[in-house]
Amino acid sequence: MSEIPWNVIAMQLFFGIALGCIFVLLSSGMSIIYGLLDVVNFAHGTFAMLGAYAVFVVVSLSDSFFVGIVSAVVIVGIIGMVIEFLLLKPLYGKDPLLPLLLTFGLSVAIPDFMKIVFGLIGKPISFPDALSGAITLGPLTLPGYRLFIIIFTLVVMISLWLFLKKSDLGMIIRASTRDSQMVQTLGINVSRIWTVGFGMGVGLAALAGAIAAPMMSATPDMGVDMTMTAFVVTVVGGLGSLGGAIVGGLFIGLVVAFTSYVASAYSSVAMYFCMAVILLVRPRGLFGEQGRE
Amino acid sequence: MKRYSESISGKGVSMLRLEDVNTYYGYSHILQGVSLEVKEGEIVVLLGRNGVGKTTTMKTIMGLQPPKAGRVFFMEDNIAGLPPHKISRKGISLIPEDRRIIPNLTVLENLKLGSLVHSKADERDALLKMAFDYFPRLKERVKHLGGNLSGGEQQMLTIARALMGRPKLMLIDEPSEGLAPKIVHEIMEIIKQLQKDGRTILLVEQHMEIAMRLSSNQRAYIMEKGRIRMGGSLDELSCQMDEVVRCLGVKI
Repeated sequence: MSEIPWNVIAMQLFFGIALGCIFVLLSSGMSIIYGLLDVVNFAHGTFAMLGAYAVFVVVSLSDSFFVGIVSAVVIVGIIGMVIEFLLLKPLYGKDPLLPLLLTFGLSVAIPDFMKIVFGLIGKPISFPDALSGAITLGPLTLPGYRLFIIIFTLVVMISLWLFLKKSDLGMIIRASTRDSQMVQTLGINVSRIWTVGFGMGVGLAALAGAIAAPMMSATPDMGVDMTMTAFVVTVVGGLGSLGGAIVGGLFIGLVVAFTSYVASAYSSVAMYFCMAVILLVRPRGLFGEQGRE
Repeated sequence: MKRYSESISGKGVSMLRLEDVNTYYGYSHILQGVSLEVKEGEIVVLLGRNGVGKTTTMKTIMGLQPPKAGRVFFMEDNIAGLPPHKISRKGISLIPEDRRIIPNLTVLENLKLGSLVHSKADERDALLKMAFDYFPRLKERVKHLGGNLSGGEQQMLTIARALMGRPKLMLIDEPSEGLAPKIVHEIMEIIKQLQKDGRTILLVEQHMEIAMRLSSNQRAYIMEKGRIRMGGSLDELSCQMDEVVRCLGVKI
C-alpha cells in the first residue's frame, strides 16, 4: 500500500477548504432565499455567473479586482431585487411550483443572453497582482489567492452573522424566516424584506462567482454546475439553515478536493454520493429543522 | 338582528365598526354578514363555540383574511382590504390564539420586533419599560428564546409584544386557551388593567364565566355559524340564558 505523504494531505485539506469557502458563500445565499421566501432558486448559479462577468467588466474598466468584487455584489444584488419585485412577487401564494419554474427559466434565458452579449468563449480574469504569489509555511507552499479566499469568506460570514444577529433588519429577517405573517401583523412590510433578502441571497452567489472567476474564467454556462453544487450543499447541510450551509459547504469542498486527488474522474460523482448517503441517514440534512412549517 | 341595535348605538366614540362583513376561506363562506361595534375605552367580548368564526372575525379586522364584502371601520376609516402591516400601523394589534411567538428570537427580540414601527430609540425604551411593568416575569426571561417559554409566559409575551406597538385597539383571541386557572386569572387581571389604562379591547372567549370575571355589565356578542346571534351586556344576556346556553353549548 502506498502511503500518501502528510504534506500532500495538508495541501488537499487547504485546497478543499478554499473550494469549500466558495461553496459556503454560494449556498448561504441559497439558504437565505429558501428560508425567507420558500423559493428554491434554480437560477442561483446563474447569478454567480453574472457575478463573474461583473468582475470581468469592472476589472477591465477600473483595473482593480477589489472594486470588481464589490461592484459584482452590488450589481447582481440590484438585478436580483428587480427580478424579485417584478417577476417573483406576483407568484407568491399561488402554486409553489411557479417560482421554481420561473427561476429555472431564468437559468436558461440569462446565460443565452450573456452568450449574445459576451460571446460563447469564456472571459479570463487574471489574479490580482497582490495575491498571485505563494506563501511558504514550513514545507508547505500555499497559493496566495486561495489563502485570500479563505480569509475573505471568514470575514464575509462573520459580518453576515453579525448583521443577522445584531441589526434590526437582521432580526426582522430571522423572524420572517419563521413566521412572516406574524411579522407583518406587527406593522412590518414583509414584502419589502423579501425583496431585500432575495437581493442579499443572489449577492452572496455573485460573491462566490466573483472570487471563483480568476480560477476558472467567466463562461456563460458556469452557473449550471454552481447551481447543482449549491443544491447538494444545501441538501447536505439542511435547507434554510445558515450553519448547515457553512458545514455542508466545507464538507463538500473537502470531499471534492480529496477525491480529485485520489481518483479525479470521480470528483463530481463523489459529492452526489455524499448527498445520497446523508439523505438516507438523515433526510433533513445535517442542520435542517424537522417539520418546518 | 335589529332587535339589539339599541345596545349598539349607546354612548361613546366608535373605535371599530364592522358592517355586514362577509369572509371566505376559498369557497367556504365563514363570516356571513357580521356587524359589531367597539367603542373607545371599552372591552367587548366575542363569545361563541369552536368554529363559529370568532378567530376569522379577528383575522378579518387585522387584514390577514380580508373580507369579500362589507366594511370595517377603524376610527371612521374603512380599513377593509388594507394589508396587515398598514392596519397595524393605524393602531390595531392582534394577540393571536396560537400566540405566534417567534421561537428562534429571544424574549427581548420578540418585544423589540413589536416596537420597530416606532423609529425613536427612547420611545422604544419607554415602551419596553412599560411592558415590563405589566409583566415583571418577562424581565427575568429577556435572554431566553421565545420557544423555551412556558405557555403562560408565551401568552404574556404576545400581549407585551402587542403593547410595544402602542395600539389603540387590541384584538385578544382566547387568551385563556390551554392555560392553568391561576395563569388565566392573572391574564384577565392584566386585561382589566389594560382597559383602565385607556386601551380598547375586543376579546374572544369560548367561556362565558371567564368573560364574566371582567365585569358583569361587559358588552358582549354571541356568534353562531358565522353570524352575530345576540348582543348586549353580560347581565342582559344572562336573562336569556336558554338561548345563550344553546349558542355556547355549555352550562355556565
